[in-house]
Amino acid sequence: MRLLKLVPDNTNIDFMRWRTVGLVLSLLITIASIGLVATRGLNLGVDFVGGQMLRVSFSEPVEIDTLRDRIEALNHGDATIQEFGGPQTISIRLPLPEGGEAAANAAAEQVKDVVSKEYPSARFDAVETVSGKVSGELFRSGALAIGLAMLGIAIYIWFRFEWQFGVGALTTLFHDVVVTLGFFALTQLEFNLNVVAAILTIVGYSLNDTVVIYDRIRENLRKYRKMETVPMLNVSLNETLSRTVVTSLSIMLALAMLLIFGPDVIFGLTIAIFIGIFVGTYSSIYISSPILVALKVGPDSFIAKAAPVGEQAGSRNEGY
Amino acid sequence: MEFSRWKVWGISLVCLIGILFAIPSLLPDRVASQMPSWMPSARISFGLDLAGGSQLLLEADTKDVATQRIATMEETIRAEMRRASPRIEIGDISTSGGRLAFMVRNPAQVDAAVELVRSLTQPAGLTGQRDWTVNVVDTSRIVIQPTEAGINAALNQAMDTAREVVYNRVDPDGTKEVTVIRQGDDRILVQVPGLQDPEGLKALLGKTARLDFKLVDLTADPAQVAQGRAPVGSQVLPYPESAAGRIAVQRRAMVTGDQLVDAQQGYDQTTNEPVVNIRFDGSGGRRFAKVTQDNVGKPFAIILDDVVLSAPNINEPILGGSAQISGNFTVESANQLAISLRSGKLPVELKVIEERTVGPELGADSVKSGAIASIIATAAVIAFMLVTYGRFGVYATLALVLNAFLILAVMAIFNASLTLPGIAGFVLTIGAAVDANVLINERIREELKRGRRILDAIDTGYKEASTAIFDANITNVIAAVLMYYFGSGPVRGFATVLMIGIVTSVFTAVNFTRMLVTLWVRRARPRELHI
Repeated sequence: MRLLKLVPDNTNIDFMRWRTVGLVLSLLITIASIGLVATRGLNLGVDFVGGQMLRVSFSEPVEIDTLRDRIEALNHGDATIQEFGGPQTISIRLPLPEGGEAAANAAAEQVKDVVSKEYPSARFDAVETVSGKVSGELFRSGALAIGLAMLGIAIYIWFRFEWQFGVGALTTLFHDVVVTLGFFALTQLEFNLNVVAAILTIVGYSLNDTVVIYDRIRENLRKYRKMETVPMLNVSLNETLSRTVVTSLSIMLALAMLLIFGPDVIFGLTIAIFIGIFVGTYSSIYISSPILVALKVGPDSFIAKAAPVGEQAGSRNEGY
Repeated sequence: MEFSRWKVWGISLVCLIGILFAIPSLLPDRVASQMPSWMPSARISFGLDLAGGSQLLLEADTKDVATQRIATMEETIRAEMRRASPRIEIGDISTSGGRLAFMVRNPAQVDAAVELVRSLTQPAGLTGQRDWTVNVVDTSRIVIQPTEAGINAALNQAMDTAREVVYNRVDPDGTKEVTVIRQGDDRILVQVPGLQDPEGLKALLGKTARLDFKLVDLTADPAQVAQGRAPVGSQVLPYPESAAGRIAVQRRAMVTGDQLVDAQQGYDQTTNEPVVNIRFDGSGGRRFAKVTQDNVGKPFAIILDDVVLSAPNINEPILGGSAQISGNFTVESANQLAISLRSGKLPVELKVIEERTVGPELGADSVKSGAIASIIATAAVIAFMLVTYGRFGVYATLALVLNAFLILAVMAIFNASLTLPGIAGFVLTIGAAVDANVLINERIREELKRGRRILDAIDTGYKEASTAIFDANITNVIAAVLMYYFGSGPVRGFATVLMIGIVTSVFTAVNFTRMLVTLWVRRARPRELHI
């Protein structure tokens, strides 16, 4: 039986040769992402800015502009109307009116009436009202969770490996999270609680590749004491390449099926993880590893811990 | 290759139990209800976003608790000072600035008054603090200030009571599967599956439903009342049904809603209007009888949340312990009031700060497309594994299927709810679960290339891959735990699936496949390995 080999045996790709290019490219993408978030901003959902959201599905595609005109005629302030997942599922977001809860309910009722009149087939799938106080808290706790997750994982890596690896992991995570945010700023897909969950997932999963590669680097640092750092990194990356490709493809394959066949409501969550896994695979090769060169990781990085054992063994040998 | 018999039995047993517990969740309702009784019956429940329903997040007005506490303290002190012998005359009572202060008229009684007030305070918190501090200023003025520990203890108690009251109002018959839980210091989360229109629910929770019966102050000058001023010992309250719009009543409540044993919606026998019939408990009934006996011919105000509903004249003493509340009700509002009165008053006012309602169709659509996507995703990953690893791909596949069963089983056993993002978590876990097998298989490939013999290569492959598998999964666990801790509702559902999936996938990918591989190698004794 012939098996599929996506990555041929004994690859010897000189990844590190392009490490400067890779780092510059990553830096540019990171800056571009920050710029996008700063200028275009994230399309924050009601979870984070407060307000009301109605999710409506229609039996046939609808003209968003017509719908927007009708709703804006109600004078409830800036309505955000957009598709999610397809032209038949629309989300309508309204700012929270000043009159408190009663006014908010009245506004939602008016919108419902207008939409039902125009499109008798409309089905109201969900109504969400989030007060400014709650949205502020959700925003802060979301940001805190992502920050703590990044820090926690970096500390774990530091603990299990060496400080250089912790710094590498943290930089990689920062890059992956920022690029995902940039993607959301670029596409203006709604940024809600689900997307925060997706980013936390990315923080966990995009680092898988990095951890596996680091694990191999540690092994090779002990095995090939005499080898220069750069070729040793190349050997490690090549040895793990097949695994990196197979695992990332497997995850992206599963997620692609969910994007195509799955529920519209979690499109944002799924696409975020999908992008994050893709970016994470790239960054595990072109950020996590080159940073180790910059931080001067060498065979000595791990010897400190191994030394006492070695010395004991050495002195005993002398005794014989 | 070592693999003891008891290990084989242990792993097989876990698999069997897993499959057994997963089955009820996979069957349609009709079939699941007809399963033999020895089968486990726990099924995965759907979160609100899949089942449809309403969720409200209520926040208590914490200032309300503090104000009420001071008001209660004021009443207690007045009563105790009156009852003391010799009676202690006090005056110039103020409740402004979050504290209670009053003057003791006879300077000789200051010490006795302080002693009395101190006896009313209680220990609060763990530091030995009391719930109020009592001080004397300007020789005869006593200032009573609530401590933080006291306020927190009061708030905590109020929230516990409020949670219970909310539960009784949302689900008076105890038949719906509602969730009412406290969140943080001052919040209550209410989830009602299947509820599509939360307006009725909000109306029910929007009232504290404090019911007071107070005598109308007939001595009050109508002109003064119109300006909101009442004689000493009385207060002016809004009375929407009257011509003047307000009315003066005595401050002291003769009977309160705390003394009710029942409240039912009914109809007035003469006007046929909807009313609420109430019944007092023993002491409440006696008190009500006495008050009505002593005040025949005078108006008696029925007050709900400081608004006068009606102030009928007492035509004759009411001795049976029952009374009727009228007040321009509709059948629905009378019914809501009856439920509210039965459940008791809310110790604190609650405001809705977050509200989410999901229709049932969206959930049903999502479950369907989510199930289809999960099956296709699993099939795609299986196909990918088979073409990449051949025989070892079959093992990975079996591990994958078993993993799916185990996730469902664990969720059913722990009664975890599946949410929309949870479906994404499931698919992600399916895609990522093979990672451990990929690591192991790649390592075996490598070891074979290095010239190790088959048995040796498999052993080394499993051993060497395990540190990477462990480290890689710990990072996922860190992220998932934080997600669970900081997230709410649907996001928690996602984190739950991820955490369960991480544990089960390591078990199936490492222990389970190891068993399969070992059993095969023992039996077939292969000369070469295609991997």
